[in-house]
Amino acid sequence: MTEVVADQTPPILKGPSDKEKKYDRQLRLWGGQGQQALENAHILLVNSGSGVVGIETLKNLVLPGIGKFTILDTGIVSETDLGVNFFLDEDCLGQPRAEACTALLRELNPDVEGEGHLLEKDGLSGYLQDHHLYTLILFSYPIDPTSVSHIEEYGRKHRIPLVSMHSAGFYSYFRIVLPGSFPIVDTHPDSTATTDLRLLNPWPELSQFAAGLTKDIDSLDAHAHGHIPYIAILLHYLKIWKDENGSFPSTYKEKTLFREKVSSAMRKDTPEGGEENFEEATAAVLKTVSVPALPGSVKEVFDYEPAEIDADSNFWIIAKAVKAFYAQHNQLPLPGSVPDMKAQSTTYVQLQNIYKAKARQDVAEVIEMVRTHPHGKGIDAGEVETFCKNAAFIKLIRGPDASPRSLGEIARKEFQSDEEAAAWGGPVSLFPIYLALRATSHESSTRVADILSEVDASIPDVASNEHLKKVVEEVARAQGGELHNISSLTGGMTSQEVIKIITKQYIPIDNTCVFDGITSRAQIFRT
Amino acid sequence: MSPSAVVPGELGSGAAPSRWSFRDKILLSTGPFTHEMFEPSEEAVAALGEMQILVIGAGGLGCEILKNLALSGFKKIHVIDMDTIDVSNLNRQFLFRHSDVGKSKAEVAAKFVEKRVKGVSITPHNCRIQDKDEDFYLQFNSIICGLDSIEARRWINATLVNMVDEEQLQEGISDSLKPLIDGGTEGFKGQSRVILPTMTSCIECQLDMHAPRAAVPLCTLATIPRQPEHCIEWAHIIAWDQEKPFPDVDNKLDNDDPEHITWLYQKALARAQEFNISGVTYSMTQGVVKNIIPAIASTNAIIAASCCNEAFKLATTSNPSLGDGENNYMMYSGNEGIYTYTFKHEQKEDCPVCGQKAKDLTVDPEWTLQEFIESLAGRADAQLKKPSVRTAEGKSLYMQSPESLELKTRPNLEKKLRDLVENGHELAVTDPAFATVSFRFAIHYR
Ligand SMILES: [Zn+2]
Repeated sequence: MTEVVADQTPPILKGPSDKEKKYDRQLRLWGGQGQQALENAHILLVNSGSGVVGIETLKNLVLPGIGKFTILDTGIVSETDLGVNFFLDEDCLGQPRAEACTALLRELNPDVEGEGHLLEKDGLSGYLQDHHLYTLILFSYPIDPTSVSHIEEYGRKHRIPLVSMHSAGFYSYFRIVLPGSFPIVDTHPDSTATTDLRLLNPWPELSQFAAGLTKDIDSLDAHAHGHIPYIAILLHYLKIWKDENGSFPSTYKEKTLFREKVSSAMRKDTPEGGEENFEEATAAVLKTVSVPALPGSVKEVFDYEPAEIDADSNFWIIAKAVKAFYAQHNQLPLPGSVPDMKAQSTTYVQLQNIYKAKARQDVAEVIEMVRTHPHGKGIDAGEVETFCKNAAFIKLIRGPDASPRSLGEIARKEFQSDEEAAAWGGPVSLFPIYLALRATSHESSTRVADILSEVDASIPDVASNEHLKKVVEEVARAQGGELHNISSLTGGMTSQEVIKIITKQYIPIDNTCVFDGITSRAQIFRT
Repeated sequence: MSPSAVVPGELGSGAAPSRWSFRDKILLSTGPFTHEMFEPSEEAVAALGEMQILVIGAGGLGCEILKNLALSGFKKIHVIDMDTIDVSNLNRQFLFRHSDVGKSKAEVAAKFVEKRVKGVSITPHNCRIQDKDEDFYLQFNSIICGLDSIEARRWINATLVNMVDEEQLQEGISDSLKPLIDGGTEGFKGQSRVILPTMTSCIECQLDMHAPRAAVPLCTLATIPRQPEHCIEWAHIIAWDQEKPFPDVDNKLDNDDPEHITWLYQKALARAQEFNISGVTYSMTQGVVKNIIPAIASTNAIIAASCCNEAFKLATTSNPSLGDGENNYMMYSGNEGIYTYTFKHEQKEDCPVCGQKAKDLTVDPEWTLQEFIESLAGRADAQLKKPSVRTAEGKSLYMQSPESLELKTRPNLEKKLRDLVENGHELAVTDPAFATVSFRFAIHYR
């Protein structure tokens, strides 16, 4: 049989291209679309200080094939660089660091373009002229405040993400400033995340199909009984439950009772002493017998008022339509996927088609609403479909406009929870690391007293915290020097986030990540 | 208190004085969290350069680890890897170029780092870790593992635990105790851990944290496929053996031969069409057959640097490290924001490698020995694929080799477990993957 089919329609063979072979291990994470986004990106690194963390970040972006990078750096390669920076060697001594690093980074991937320029003092603004060149700007501390304002101005003007990094001794942090609200559709939810199966409100086609499979459930032969897909099993016993009790099981106790009922319907006189499909049904009760509540992150998207400049973007037009769909049906569009379950092949494929058909119907309804928007005509149906499929998992990272708490507020809250954590031996907050590093942002002194007074000047009342004092001592110990391991680790984290932002896949941090190389922990703050 | 800084002086030979000034700011001063035993000194800095470190694996993690160790000031490094460079390595294994494809990973990586970082010596070993004996492993101060194979990790773990000389250790001589630092990644996730063999939780204690993926039942593959993966597994496990498509190579499947993968892909695709299943692709076929784990440069950088940071702290005591007692394990996840969980994994007293007690195993007395043996492969806390079984008294119940003994013990496979071992008694299980280790299981009947 197989032979015959193969002979009739020989499959069109498309082996992987050279590029697909080289990028195989990452295409399995972000696919062709994500890769294309990376290849379209041009990253600017304004390198400052000893600058290892920025170069390590770039390394992890050049390897997966970012389109282009530019390095601007005032530094000249010195002996000290050779002890921490892998993308320099003895031949580079005395050369502009930007050019030397660019040459060695470009060796990593011939598909990537790169250029490096020695930055003259006050020369940065020249590179940040009006035209929109860069997809994202990375810069490292310590750096002079004027450069930071130039970069921030460029970021605001061209609405691009900015990522700053600071690594000293065993400590580091990096911080992302997104240009506005940042919605993500393709969040790649965990494979164990529950899919909506609509067991409590099945549509007619599903009910009929399931009823057909369970019509004479008790007289089915062993093979047929052992191959009813669990969706049909649950729908069957839910109907019985409702007939007996007037409503579906809703409390935990009722669901447990219902689960026992399903379990007891399993035939035990089989060679295995049970039935796999009934075991699957029993295991699925608590997760799938419920009307899924609107996830908090989706509610946030529905409630969010996008800035005027964003409101006509495809995302917000589709989001508005999905919100209207939800208001009308009290449920999100059906994702349309069916988890694998014990069943005959044909039955399973039929079931898949029933879910797919319903999902398509929901998408069509959303498209219709999208088209009513003045800018909705040109939106690709595929984009709407992707949105609907992922609707339960969409995520919005708020932009800098959403008022952040002040550093003082965060610090007080963190110190408060440290006191509570001390009672049960919980880990201590890493926020002091951010405060201490931040106090050395502009090549100021790295003496303990100076750092503490700098902290005190910007955030009153926190400098007396005992843990902060110790952290400041550790920062002073490094005297601004980078440890390669910590900078490499931080460059790894930063590049992961840059990839998530450029591909608009997975969920980036919001917005500051602090790493402690002494206790080996990271912590996220919104600053 | 302010840090008691010492001015960095002339260090090592060859390197100019200021090359290591950043690192030495740390090593020549005391910090607020350093252990009171830590004494900043030029001698301690020099000692770092004398330590011998072994890196296992020169792949995605290994390349990063070699770079990091060289730039931490370790100067006597060995690296062991039996693999050759493949084009799919180039998206993250940054010491390799297109022109290196086909060459030994260990040799190319060693040469590259030696050339880039002056004064460091890296000795490559282009072989399997199992080809080296205890004397080889004894020469190192510590060992860093960047592997993608759980079997190799278990082997080196068992070997290092066995090497510990308990008597010496009790007299305070710790030469036989080699700290093992292990990293692993999958996609945006990873973990790093520090193991002090016999003293802290080992790889085998933590085995159930890396449970094998549940296998699809054969009958699903054979009769009721539903997913594209089922069709691929069918082609891989069933069709290949039935049709023997490549008699010229003894029908031995080579995962890296595109002709072989293409054959499987075509078979799987035809089967999928027969059952109206969509989604079989070449890439998926390759992924399923080779059990490909997604891997990217960023995650390797994070985990490798974490391992090397711990190695550096262990070697210098410049700050507390994982393995000092508090915690020994860091989990990292970058899928949804960034999340680290750093904790202490407790040593298990019934760990078959480092524990003193047999592991309790509740089994069905009606099982045949064959069924029992098969169950050992699927258990998350055992994962033994080719076990040989003896009773505690040393009687062989089933031996995988030598052939004569296999033949002699084969009839036992059909026998019921209850007829072979008494309730509460122990079985000793060995597996060629863990040469010297005997897993002790106390059998309890349901
Ligand atoms: Zn153990």
